[in-house]
Amino acid sequence: MRLTARLLTSASIAAFIGCLGIAPGIASADTASDIAQGKKLAFNKKKGNCLACHQIAGGTLPGNIGPPLVAMKARFPDFEKLRAQIYDSRVNNPNTIMPPFGPDVILTDSEINKIAAFIYSL
Amino acid sequence: MKKFSIALSVMLVLVTSFAVQATPDDDLKAFRSYFTKKFPNVPVADFINGVYAIDKPSREQWESFEEFPSYDIAIDNGKARFNKKFANGKSFASCFPNYKKGIKQNYPYFDKETGKVVTLEAAINKCLTDNGEKPYKWKKGPITEVGAYLAYLSRGNKINIKVPNNPDAIAIYNEGKKFFYAKRGQLNMACADCHYYYAGHRIRADILSPALGHPTGFPVYRNKWGGMGTLHRRYAGCNKQVRAKPFKAQSPQYTALEYFETYMSNGLEENGPSMRK
Ligand code: HEC
Ligand code: HEC
Repeated sequence: MRLTARLLTSASIAAFIGCLGIAPGIASADTASDIAQGKKLAFNKKKGNCLACHQIAGGTLPGNIGPPLVAMKARFPDFEKLRAQIYDSRVNNPNTIMPPFGPDVILTDSEINKIAAFIYSL
Repeated sequence: MKKFSIALSVMLVLVTSFAVQATPDDDLKAFRSYFTKKFPNVPVADFINGVYAIDKPSREQWESFEEFPSYDIAIDNGKARFNKKFANGKSFASCFPNYKKGIKQNYPYFDKETGKVVTLEAAINKCLTDNGEKPYKWKKGPITEVGAYLAYLSRGNKINIKVPNNPDAIAIYNEGKKFFYAKRGQLNMACADCHYYYAGHRIRADILSPALGHPTGFPVYRNKWGGMGTLHRRYAGCNKQVRAKPFKAQSPQYTALEYFETYMSNGLEENGPSMRK
């Protein structure tokens, strides 16, 4: 909910800036730093610790409990579905071993957005 | 018509309660066949070796540890403690008359008198306090030494846990079973997630052991601990990993869990104490 609001605002700001015809690319620069931060958060054992269960390009000693996270845009054409999977994996599989990162506040919304941006780039 | 529907509902109740109430024996059969199907190349008797039963490379390293095991000293210390006279002139042997033949395979057991389940550690400390001695701490130290000695004398004996047809015994068993399958902690994971559904998978670099055979090798010398620990010490560690508040060693919760896990391992050989990384 909050995310959608935020996406809408940044989208409209981008649109607004776009209209003024200045600084195209600000949005993508933002995403690049989101992706970099998302990667750190995903690999950090105290944060996402996604490597505990998933093989992810660039990560060492991955577990193999979940599927390797590759070709994510093909798996999740809809970014929001990917974000939702990370936010609360129980919606798709009520008995999943994957932690409910959002509802249990293991990660904040903004951390989840960054991780999702990173995973989406894989 | 009315009679008929009453009969029908009685029948339905009977049928549904039958379906819901799996007996401990039904559970054991299902548990066993799940693991033997999951690991078709592992002989059932080998499940006593934890993760080393299912992973060749770590097994070789472990076997080299077992050649000069760090728990040897615990067995020796335990033997000395066991034979030492209490202030009243008696010793542990007065509480464990059959210790030479090995007794660990019968623990934990349901005690009809108290309506509670008694672990080997609880019996060791009860022996001390009954004889006017100070009890040991629950998770490490002397209790693991006496435990290691008694486990050592029990090597090769087959686990023989009973859940008698007694409402208290069945309730404790069911509580342990529920604990095993229940999600807990901020990470929301169950024992069963790691040691049943995903046994044999890697979580980071660690391979997850099957729950079948979990209790046989305890107490263990763990390199990570730099010493010996009881099964309940391990349970607490696993609870902390998922950011759950651990229960106390020998709490009713862990005792029930041990009762369930050990019952599931019935028929497997005792092989404690053992080495773990
Ligand atoms: C304890 C294990 C575990 C952890 C930790 C974990 N996952 Fe998962 N994940 C799984 C499993 C298992 C699945 C398969 C679906 C299921 O069983 O729910 C899955 C599925 C997924 C999927 C869907 C993949 C697909 O192709 O359908 C994504 C995306 C994902 N996880 C991302 C993440 C991210 C990002 C993190 C870290 C922030 C993470 N996971 C942490 C176990 C885990
Ligand atoms: C997040 C995953 C995870 C969860 C959840 C978990 N464990 Fe573990 N457990 C491990 C890992 C990793 C090890 C070390 C490797 C091994 O022996 O399985 C371990 C080891 C053990 C051992 C020692 C096995 C041996 O042979 O030395 C026991 C016993 C055990 N766990 C019981 C439990 C019980 C009971 C629960 C629930 C209260 C539980 N675990 C929950 C990951 C987990």
